[in-house]
Amino acid sequence: MAAFVSNPEIVKEENLVYKRTGLLTPKALSYCPGCGHGTAHRVIMEVLEEMDIQSETIGVAPVGCSVLAYDFMDIDIQQAAHGRAPAVATAIKRLFPDKFVFTYQGDGDLAAIGAGETIHACNRGENFTIIFVNNGIYGMTGGQMAPTTLPGMRSSTSPFGRDTHSMGNPLKMTELVAQLPGTIYVTRQAVHTPGAVRKAKKAVRKAFENQKLNKGLSFVEIVSNCNSGWKMTPCQSIDWMVENILPYYTLGDIKVNSDK
Amino acid sequence: MRELQLMKGNEAFAEAVIRAGADGYFGYPITPQSEVMEYLMAERTEVRTGMVTLQAESEIAAINMVYGGAACGKRVLTSSSSPGISLKQEGISYIAGAELPCLILNVARGGPGLGTIQPAQADYFQSTKGGGHGDYKLIVLAPASVQEMADFAGLGFDLAFKYRNPVLILSDGAIGQMMEKVELDEQKPRFTLEEIKKNTPWATVGKPKDRERNVITSLDLDPHKMEEHNHKLQEKYHRIEENEIRYEKLNCEDADYLFVAYGTSARICQKAMQLAREEGIKVGLMRLITLFPFPKKTIKELAAQVKGILCVEMSAGQMIEDVQLAAEGRVKISHFGRYGGMIHTPSEVVEALKLQIIKG
Repeated sequence: MAAFVSNPEIVKEENLVYKRTGLLTPKALSYCPGCGHGTAHRVIMEVLEEMDIQSETIGVAPVGCSVLAYDFMDIDIQQAAHGRAPAVATAIKRLFPDKFVFTYQGDGDLAAIGAGETIHACNRGENFTIIFVNNGIYGMTGGQMAPTTLPGMRSSTSPFGRDTHSMGNPLKMTELVAQLPGTIYVTRQAVHTPGAVRKAKKAVRKAFENQKLNKGLSFVEIVSNCNSGWKMTPCQSIDWMVENILPYYTLGDIKVNSDK
Repeated sequence: MRELQLMKGNEAFAEAVIRAGADGYFGYPITPQSEVMEYLMAERTEVRTGMVTLQAESEIAAINMVYGGAACGKRVLTSSSSPGISLKQEGISYIAGAELPCLILNVARGGPGLGTIQPAQADYFQSTKGGGHGDYKLIVLAPASVQEMADFAGLGFDLAFKYRNPVLILSDGAIGQMMEKVELDEQKPRFTLEEIKKNTPWATVGKPKDRERNVITSLDLDPHKMEEHNHKLQEKYHRIEENEIRYEKLNCEDADYLFVAYGTSARICQKAMQLAREEGIKVGLMRLITLFPFPKKTIKELAAQVKGILCVEMSAGQMIEDVQLAAEGRVKISHFGRYGGMIHTPSEVVEALKLQIIKG
């Protein structure tokens, strides 16, 4: 196999169909096999590479599964306290208004402990980009219930299913921030099929391009599977996501470069 | 050329911060320190020097904005009062862990809980022993005048950048609110991007192709590396203890007794010292300016010289623990202070000296 891969007859520039994204570090991703985080990382880094803004970009990593995003993204990057990435990014962008600034946050980080920071950064119309990876669960800490966990969905802290009467309803942060005048672009995407990945990449590109307009915050939710947290195989988790999660968190643009 | 003005402590601090070349202030209103942000907003800092002044949605957001700005190599700060400083502790721990320079002002008030809005010195433990989680230290400066509120702004930034460490100015509601004459430094320029790249090469300014990426984090999942990082921090705190101790000794040469105090209490002790000396009691004053690093050696020497030490603080007795440790049991040490927002009078201090030290 190794001989095949290194065969000079085959390994030629004109035969290249895929390569590792330039702005991902060589370090192996620490995410579980099958998880959507890796694809989400790749999409963002491809956009930065294509826009040629590596040297102008500062990222903010959250607490959660993507706490180690700084190990994988070949950019200057800060790791923030749990939920506080939008506050951290606010200062970076205000102090470096010409740089491209983004946060990469999970649902526990953004929609639970960081709900306040998220809403207020959106409401102030901070001119950066939020990438919100929603898999309906706390992955890093072992599959606890998230604010986005569906009604009836099992987790380690809702072992009999989320009871909305005592545990509340899943929070649609993306619809919520779309209500705020400070957001310019709000969209929900996914990375579970090649088509979805293409659309997600387009959305991420727009969210970064928007920073040049200086008209407010661009918010891209990426619905992802968490096969480990959901206790499923990767394929099962994708099917389950399509059948259960996507009907609740419907994909598509919610607000497109609106001045309202 | 220094300019003379009559100002409130909070306002003098705010003006001095602008003149020190600050890049960003992030705060949240709380009495008795709200004049800091009010002053900066009224001064239109973004027009005057380009400094960002932003009212955050909470103290928690404000300290995390400081984290983000400090990680960019900028001169950034926040201010608050005791309950708000408690809220900031997680962020301060991250800033200390990630070794970021910044300035934090605590215009302290009486506690615990929501407490009161009157001055207190009950945040000594929180300020000098870490405050948040983990093994870390802040450099803690204790101003005793409006002049020092102004002077410690620039000094605070200098120390913060020298050691890549957060600096806390522990003031209180009395010094924040009172008006005194103050001499102000001339305007210093803000850092240029070139200066940031040169002086703080670790800062996140955007990664050029020809250098490794800059990562600001307090996390390392490998405990061996985290222990190594902690060793490095401890070594830094040791260096700070060797080089940055500041204090003022008044009338200590011939003193039979000693007051140890800082901030507002040190001013009260100055008057108490005068009253006691008029009665023939030879008392001196050791005024702490840095609370960390703490002047252990000087306290130890003074403890060998005097017959008794009265620690005067507007708390139930916090600084006294460090004085006792430094004195190593050489001499009788007692605490006196009103607290919960109350301030002792000079004659109360003299009475306490007589009762607790001289007669006691």
